[in-house]
Formats: sequence, C-alpha cells, structure tokens
Amino acid sequence: MNIVVCVKQVPDTASERKLKSDDSTLDREAADGVINELDEYAVEEALAIKESQGGEVTVLTMGPDKASESIRKALAMGADKAVHVTDEALVGSDGLSTSYALAQVLKKIGFDLVILGSESTDARMGVLAAMLSERLGVPQVTLANKVEIDGTSLKAQRLTDYGFDRVEATLPAVVSVVEKINEPRYPSFKGIMAAKKKPVEKLAVADAEIDAALVGLAGASTAVVDFADAPPREKGQIIKDEGDGGVKAADFLASKKFV
Amino acid sequence: MAEILVLVDHVDGEVKKVTFELLTLARAYGDAAAVWVGPGYEGAKDKLAEYGAGKVYVAADEELTSYVVAPKVELLAQLVADKSPAAVFVAATGEGKEIAGRLAVRTESGVLTDVVGLQEGFVGEHSIFGGAIVTHAKVTKGTPIIAVRPNSAAAEASPSTPEEEQVSVTLSDAAKGARVVEKVVQEKGERPELTEAAIVVSGGRGVGGADNFKLIEELADSLGAAVGASRAATDAGWYPHTFQVGQTGKTVSPQLYIAVGISGAIQHRAGMQTSKTIVAINKDAEAPIFELVDYGVVGDLFQVAPQLTEEINKRK
Repeated sequence: MNIVVCVKQVPDTASERKLKSDDSTLDREAADGVINELDEYAVEEALAIKESQGGEVTVLTMGPDKASESIRKALAMGADKAVHVTDEALVGSDGLSTSYALAQVLKKIGFDLVILGSESTDARMGVLAAMLSERLGVPQVTLANKVEIDGTSLKAQRLTDYGFDRVEATLPAVVSVVEKINEPRYPSFKGIMAAKKKPVEKLAVADAEIDAALVGLAGASTAVVDFADAPPREKGQIIKDEGDGGVKAADFLASKKFV
Repeated sequence: MAEILVLVDHVDGEVKKVTFELLTLARAYGDAAAVWVGPGYEGAKDKLAEYGAGKVYVAADEELTSYVVAPKVELLAQLVADKSPAAVFVAATGEGKEIAGRLAVRTESGVLTDVVGLQEGFVGEHSIFGGAIVTHAKVTKGTPIIAVRPNSAAAEASPSTPEEEQVSVTLSDAAKGARVVEKVVQEKGERPELTEAAIVVSGGRGVGGADNFKLIEELADSLGAAVGASRAATDAGWYPHTFQVGQTGKTVSPQLYIAVGISGAIQHRAGMQTSKTIVAINKDAEAPIFELVDYGVVGDLFQVAPQLTEEINKRK
C-alpha cells in the first residue's frame, strides 16, 4: 500500500510567533520550526497501517528548506522516503493554493491513502484534507479518531459536534486524524541514524506541473488587509482569598449580570 | 440587496444557536437566505423565520446527509451558480470549515475560516497565534465563503415570513465516496455544548484528579455553563478529551470563561483568549492566566470554587 502522509513545519507554539510587516506572511525566522504536532499522529497512523497492511510510507511536505527538519523527524519515526516541494513561487500560498499544489504532487507520485493531521497549529484552518479530497475526487474520511484498514476497505469514526459518525469508504481516500487517535512513537537512535540515509526528493513547481500563477501570494484568493497586536486586555482585579474569595467572585459575576 | 446564503447547522432538526448568529450577520450585509439540508425542516421553520431568514432553500433529501461533507458542498455549489449570492456563511465548526474549504475549491472562490467579526466588504477579523495578533482579511476571488465562529455575533430576532423554495441536486459519484453508516449521538446531559455555550467553566492540573472534576461540574451547573478542561487534565485522563479547550482542542469564545486550577499556558490560551469576560481561580499568583483575567482569585480552588458555587446557588 502506498501511503502518503502530509506534514507541515510550523513555528513552535512555545515561541513568539509574528507576521512580517511587508507581506503579512509568517515570519519564519522569528520562531523555531517544529513538525506540526497534529501531524505526528498522522505519521504514527501511517506507520501502524503499514505495519498491518504492508507497503510504503512517503512523507510529503511543502515549505522552505528548513522544513527538511520536519521531514527528518517523520523519517526517524519510521517513514520510508520523502518528497519536499520547495520553490520561491510557493511563498505566501493560502489554503486553497496549497491544496492545489499538494494535489498536483499527489497525482504525480500516486497514492492509495493520504493521511494528514486535522489542522496545523499556526493557520488552524482545518480545511486541507477536505480540499485535497475535493481536488483528487476521492472519499473524504476526516476528523477521525479511529481508523481501520483491511485491504481496500476503510472504516473510521469521524468526530462530530454530537458524538461521532461511523464512516465507510473504499481506497484510495484522504484521511485526517485528530489528536490522541494514537500515541506517536519517539524516534529511536537507530531511527534517527537511518533517517539520514533515506531518500528525500526535492521538487520545484515545474517538476510537479504546478502552475506558478496559481500559487504563492500572486495566486492567493484571500488577502490580509491589516494586522496588529491584539489590544492588551484591561488589567483585571486580582484578590487573594482571605476565606471569602468565592463570595467576592460571586459579587463580581453579579456585577456583570452573570448571576 | 443580494442574497447571502447561510447554511443551517442542525442536528436532526434541532437548529444550533450559531445559525441565528449567522442569519443576524447576513441581514446586516444582504438578504439572509437559509439553506436547509436533510430532514426536519418543518419543526425548525419557525425558528428560521424568527431570526429573519427572508428565504429558505430546502433540500430535504436524506441522501444529502448520508455521506461525509461532499453532498452539502455540491448543493451549495449549485446554489452559488444559480443564485449568485453575495457570500456564503457557514458555522466554523469542524464540519462547517470542511464544507467551506471544499466549496471554495469547487467554486474557485476564496475562503476565510474562524472569523470572529465581520466588516463591510466581507472583511473578516481573525484572532491568531493564541490571541496575540488580530488580522483582517478579505476574499479577492469568486464568492466570499466565510466560516464564522460561534458566539462571534449576538443573535437578534427579526421576524420574517420566509419564502420557501425546494431544491435538489444530483450527486456525483465522487460525493458518495464516504458513507455515513451510523450517527452516534453521545449523551451530553443537560449542559450546553462547549463551543456554543455562553458560559464555560474549565478545570486544569490544579483540580488534581478525575473525582475532583465534580467541583467544576457543580460550578458549571450553577451557571448553566458548559464544562471544559485543559490539556493537562485531559492528558491525565481526568476528563474526556472531547472537552479539551486549547490550541489542539476546542476553541471557545463565550461571554464568560472561568478557569479553575489552570495556569494559562499558550496551549490553553489559544483556545479561550477571545472570551469576553475571564475569571480565574488559581493558587499561584504568578500563573500567566492572571494576565488575562477580568477578575482573579489567588487561593485554594477546593475552598474558593465550592464557595462560589454555593453563593451563586444562594443568589438565584
């Protein structure tokens, strides 16, 4: 089975994240880059499916050179090889154009199963898997907290606002997984050493038949009008409990008409 | 004025509050036209009229809810082509955002998700990076498709007599790829749903154990609030993961958020920073949550929280 797992390098949520003033894109220099945390669940799920069904796991990422750190992490966890789409033309791509570029690459490299994390911790749109499914014309089995694959049969639990849906589909398909679907493995020392020898294919837009006019800032279908630091919240009142903290808090809630 | 399509968010005919917020927003920028998908419209029509839907497109075919997301997208895409709306509004829930994303691909339009405020010209406001930065963005191509977070606008009644139009769509084979074989509704009890609730009470590491979450639930129930939990609490198995508020969990934006025994790390703040009023109870005066609060109590939550619950119940 040909499993492709999409990963994204994002700024570490623990570091200060900024936008650049000139083009309103993420300032990637300002923060340490790490693999998107939710993608680790996708990598783990891909590896588990490979272990039960056989096949190969390919890591696919789009991003600057530095994104190779996230590829190495996924390879060290046990993925077999990687495809890294990187090109100046891609800088500033929005969700729509990112899905276009990745769909072009997926058509080129082929897949039985595409797995993604449910969202990235920086953009947090949560739309990419759905968009890929639309572009590739294959079943969308997303927001899954349980995935079972047997041959070409796919069964999953999809989280909903009211509980979950049991979903069935036939491969090829696009799957997105939510946090805690599994326990992502830590790369072993052996895995880290082996990752250094695993093949990473770099593709520019032309290599993947991506139309440069449809990606990057030029191809974006949304534009940032302005941005600013959030206005600081007015300093609140903080009291030390002297035995009546609960009563005082109730007074505050009453003053705001919550009680 | 041009129509703005509002996809009704409902569970088996029970309309979610966010739909009324979307109808209210739509009326501010055009004619609100609700889009109903699936069975159950008859029981809900009065509610849609109450919140000012001038028109309702009713697609009652059960087949449209038998597959994941794609059928709703094909229906909306057809309406976008036929009716040329000024914009399409959906709720920024997990599924709502997926519908918005696919619809954007299908109609070659720009999409904004997680919008927390809207201005003239469909300029959407976003709160990003854990609430540290506010951005405004707009769609520059096609029909603006906008996923708005629950609690971003107040729902205001404006009674109307909507014109109803039955609509149908012939689904493509591709839309029927992922079949929903069973919908499992998990008992949520009497509490409101987390992302829609006007008040949320959350517990964190300081709560110290699963049994102690009873304190959080009692405080929540005294206020008619939803219960949330920090990642530390859900990771420890004290409260179900589906109630996690934070960067990798649910994002909430209630009128009142009460954080109990939560330090307020970025992981948590990202999920609750746009709450209107924030109250915290924590024994550590240095906890970062106190930077956000409107009112904070430095003290032992096992003393303060039950006292607060008792006091609220007394004053009802």
